[in-house]
Formats: sequence, structure tokens, C-alpha cells
Amino acid sequence: MLYFLEQCLNGIQLGMLLFLLAAGLTLVFGIMDLVNLAHGSLYMLGAYFAATFATLTGSFTLALILALVASLIAGMVLEVIAIRPLYGRDHLDQVLGTFGLILLFNELVRLIWGPEGRTLSLPPEMLTAVQILPGVHYPIYRLVIILATLAVAGLLYVLVMRTRLGMLVRAGASNREMVGALGVNIKLLYTLVFGLGAALAGFAGVMQAPILTVQIGMGENILILAFVVIIIGGIGSIRGAFVAAIIVGLLDTIGRSFLPDVLRLVLSNSAAQTLGPSLSSMSIYMLMAAILVFRPEGLFPAASR
Amino acid sequence: MTASLEPALNVAPPAVLTARTIFTAGLLALLALLPVYALATGETFAVALFTRVVILALGAVSLNLIMGYGGMVSFGHAAYLGIGGYAVGILAKEGIGSGFVQWPVAVAASALYALVVGALSLRTRGVYFIMITLAFAQMIYYVAIGLDRYGGDDGLTVYKRSDFGGLIDLNNKIVFYYLCFAILLAAIYLIARLVNSRFGLVLRGTRSNERRMRAIGFPTFRYKLVAFVIAGALCGLAGALLANHTSFISPAIMHWTRSGDLIVMVVLGGLGSLFGPVIGAVVFLLLQEGLSRVTEYPDLVLGPILLLVAIYVHGGIGGLLEGRRRG
Repeated sequence: MLYFLEQCLNGIQLGMLLFLLAAGLTLVFGIMDLVNLAHGSLYMLGAYFAATFATLTGSFTLALILALVASLIAGMVLEVIAIRPLYGRDHLDQVLGTFGLILLFNELVRLIWGPEGRTLSLPPEMLTAVQILPGVHYPIYRLVIILATLAVAGLLYVLVMRTRLGMLVRAGASNREMVGALGVNIKLLYTLVFGLGAALAGFAGVMQAPILTVQIGMGENILILAFVVIIIGGIGSIRGAFVAAIIVGLLDTIGRSFLPDVLRLVLSNSAAQTLGPSLSSMSIYMLMAAILVFRPEGLFPAASR
Repeated sequence: MTASLEPALNVAPPAVLTARTIFTAGLLALLALLPVYALATGETFAVALFTRVVILALGAVSLNLIMGYGGMVSFGHAAYLGIGGYAVGILAKEGIGSGFVQWPVAVAASALYALVVGALSLRTRGVYFIMITLAFAQMIYYVAIGLDRYGGDDGLTVYKRSDFGGLIDLNNKIVFYYLCFAILLAAIYLIARLVNSRFGLVLRGTRSNERRMRAIGFPTFRYKLVAFVIAGALCGLAGALLANHTSFISPAIMHWTRSGDLIVMVVLGGLGSLFGPVIGAVVFLLLQEGLSRVTEYPDLVLGPILLLVAIYVHGGIGGLLEGRRRG
């Protein structure tokens, strides 16, 4: 039971990271109608930036802040140079272009940082575990991820629903020509939104970096999960992304930790060991396929689309 | 989908000698004569490289049937390469070496999978369709990883090429190359007949305006599903060829970036044209190979090329040869 609780927390933590990625993806998709396969590359860049800044400054917090700024700038520069010409184009052109960007970014990282992975170490006070319930210890850093992401989600909500910028963003999502005609600098708005998405992806990369190795291609598999999240949640809906991210995170983690045990009841030990993880990875896609069959526009279809 | 991807309604190659027809003819001549060149110069690695090119061109040609003519952007087409390949690999490991069994099983399994995936996916539209096909391919990818008996993550070595009795010997590299090339040409011929038939007209009509096609009484879902299954079966055959060519099959062949490669080949060569995917496959794979010889960082060049093609070139290389540019 306690193990189950711990795994639930791990699932929520994964869900939170997926939300950070999915939020940027769904904003860019919902507002600019752009399929951005290179979103995972921004996640990877965030992690590499943090690893470098941590080596330079010796401080995790400083590295986090600098990496966020660097991701924001990288995203805005990328938008101006490469993404802007892809707006309003067929999704297939966008897939081709941003697929090219994935190749470019992977190779750039190999050129600059070399082929070996990096590690980002945490400050010592983050390495301890806290007692969250009698007898349950949980790594403090994972709790920090959950809380920090919740805070970011809250900020994002306020930004989109309660500020003038957010109002323009929502207006742009429903009718971009009209917003442009009313005198809003839509180009700048798009650059800002894309930069925000990049910063969110970079943030996810930084937070995940101490748990995994920072390596080339680290964004590719998680990008697909983030796509699954925005499809389940309904494209363009941040609320949908939040709910779907938690569902996917929980499903993946709990399946991964408990399916092998369940399978062991009917299968040999080694078969259960291999089949379990692969079945739990599949379960996410089965869920997505099932949801799309019954609700072809996701759980929370954005009303404007 | 916007109007920018409308294929020319005239699918038959134009009779006049345009840059495009000359290029296509030259390319086919090159593919046909390649083994002669390789034998003459002793550069036999070229045969292996081009066998791969021809097989993946077959995959791209099959994707083009649904993507270019049917408007169905499938982001999971590499799954069929895997299914066809694993059909050969698994049967070979279980002691069934006959190609007369292996290849029909590869095609049938792919077609069956396409039938299920198509029946479910074709309820969705646009980006949702892209993503649901991707999701199904990911599922198959993880199934393959879970195949403990057949190598799991590490893949499966296919020790013997498919055996066709005394009919044809696949161990001869030249023979195998020409077999692949012949299959590619046959597939293109099949698709040419298909898209110019009544079936193809309905399919292309559906691509332009599905609602109108339904309104005038065509069950568009069925037409799209049939096209989806044919494309899957053809790509499954490509998978069977690939397993024979590399003597190896692993889940990596079904990674989503491989599906991306196939899309790139089709779009690069020119969507909705008969030989476009072949041009795309040749250019993409040769560029990859060539760049990795001259530089340690080939994708530093390849990536921006894809981006530039996406931004500036309308209709891929085929469109470029016709002098079409995006205004």
C-alpha cells in the first residue's frame, strides 16, 4: 500500500513534467496551428544549458534560472528564423520542417557538448528524503518538482485567463485575423508565445536532468508522450493538458511498477519482466486510441476550434 | 488541409519532355544499370546501398498512395516495415524458411493490422489522425520490444534469406537487387492503375472535398480504408524485403523517427506524384550516406535542407524540377 502511494507520487511527478511540455505544445498548436516536432529538442536544450551553467556557476538554482532565460531566448530566436515561415502552412510541411530541426539540434548538441551524456547534480539538501506519512519517505527533489510545476501551472492559468496578454493569446486562438486587424502586433505575440513554450519545455528539461542522464535524443520519446497528452486532453486546452498529463503519468508509472507482478501470476518470471514494461508503455497508446475512437476531439475540446 | 497540397489532377506523366520526366527517366536508368556499374568497377557496396534505397522507396511509394492521393497523413507507416520484417524473421526462426509462406504472411499480417488501425483511425481527422496512427505504431513498437523469444529490444537475426525453391536465389546480391527493383516498378504500376481507375478518382475526390463526395453518395470511409489497407500491405512487403536484405530485424525499424523518414521521403520527392517518392528516397538516403562520408556531422546539413525544402519548395524536388516555387 505504501509502495503504491509512492508510485502514485512518482506518476504525478511524471505527469507534471509532461504537463510542462504539453502546455507549450498545446499553446503553440492551439494558437499558431503549428505542429512542432522540435519541441522535444527545446527540452533537451534546457537540460544541456542547465548542465553547462551548473558547471560554470556551481549553483543549481543559478543554473536553473540561467537555463530558463537561455531557453526563452533560444525559442524566440528559433521562432523568428525558422518557425515563422511555417505558420499557415500545411501540417505536412510543418512536420517536414520541424523534423529537419530535430536532426539539426541533435547534431548541434553533439558538436557543442560532444556525444557523451552529461549529468546535473543536485545540491546536497535536495538529496534527502522527507517523511510524508508515518513510515513513508519520499525524495525531497521529486516533491519539489511536483510543487514547482503546480506553481508554474497556476502562474500559467493566471497569465492566460487573467492578464491582457493572456486575453490576446486566447483571442488569437479563436480568430487570428481579427486580432491582427484590431491592431495587435500578432507577430510579436506569436514570438512571445513560442518563447514561453520553449521556456516551459526547457524548465521540464532542467527539472528532469538530475533524475535522468542529459543526452542526445532525450526529448524524442517524451515528445511523443507529450503529444499523446495534448491529444487526449484536446488540442489547445491547457486544462485538458493538465488532466491528461496526470492520467498518462499515473498510468505509465503504475503500469510499469505493478504490471510485471500481475503478469508473474500467469507467466514465467523472465517473460513477465520483459512483457510488463512493454505492456505498460502500450497501455498509454491504447488509452489514447480508445479515447479518440469515442471522443475524436479529446476529453476537453477547445470550444473555439 | 489547404489547397497548397492539391496534386495535379492529371496523374499520367506528361508526354512532353519536361525537366521532371528527364530526371525521372535518368533516375530509373541509373537504378536499372547500377549493378552493371558496380560489377564493372568492383564497388559492390553500391549494390547493398541501393538495395536499401529501392526497398525504402517501395515503403515511400506505398505511403504516397494514402498520403498523396488520399490525404491521409499516416505517421506510423514504419510499423508495416516492422510487421513484414518480423513475419519473415519469426517464421525463419521457427524453421519455416520458404518465401512462399513468409512473404504472403508478411503481406497478410500487414494488411490485417492496417485494416484494424484504419477502421479505428479513419474516424478522426487532421492532426488527430496523424497522432492516432503514430500511437498505433508506438504500440507495435513496444509489442516488438516485449517479444522476449524473438530478441526483444536487441532484435532478431535472420540467418537465412527466404527460400523460393529453385525459382530465384535471394543470396545472389544482384538477383536480389533486381527483384526489389522489379517489385518497386510493379508497385508503381499498380498504383498508377489504381489512382486512374474509378476507385482512384473517388479517393482523390475524397481528398479534395470529402463532404461533397459523401453528399453525392460515395461511402468515402470504405474507399479510404481500402486504400489504407493496400498501402499497409505494400509496405509490409517492403518490410519482408528489408529483413532479407539486412538479415536482421529489430524494434528500431519501427521507431517513430523511421516513420518520419518515410514522410520526409514522400514530401521531399513530391507528394501525390507517381515517381516522387522514389526521387525522395534516392535523394534523402544518398544525401545521408554522402554527407556522413564527408563530414562527421551530416545532420548539420541535412536538417537545414529539410527545413528549407519545407519553407521554400512547393511540391518537393518534383515541383522544383517543374519550376514551381512557393510565392
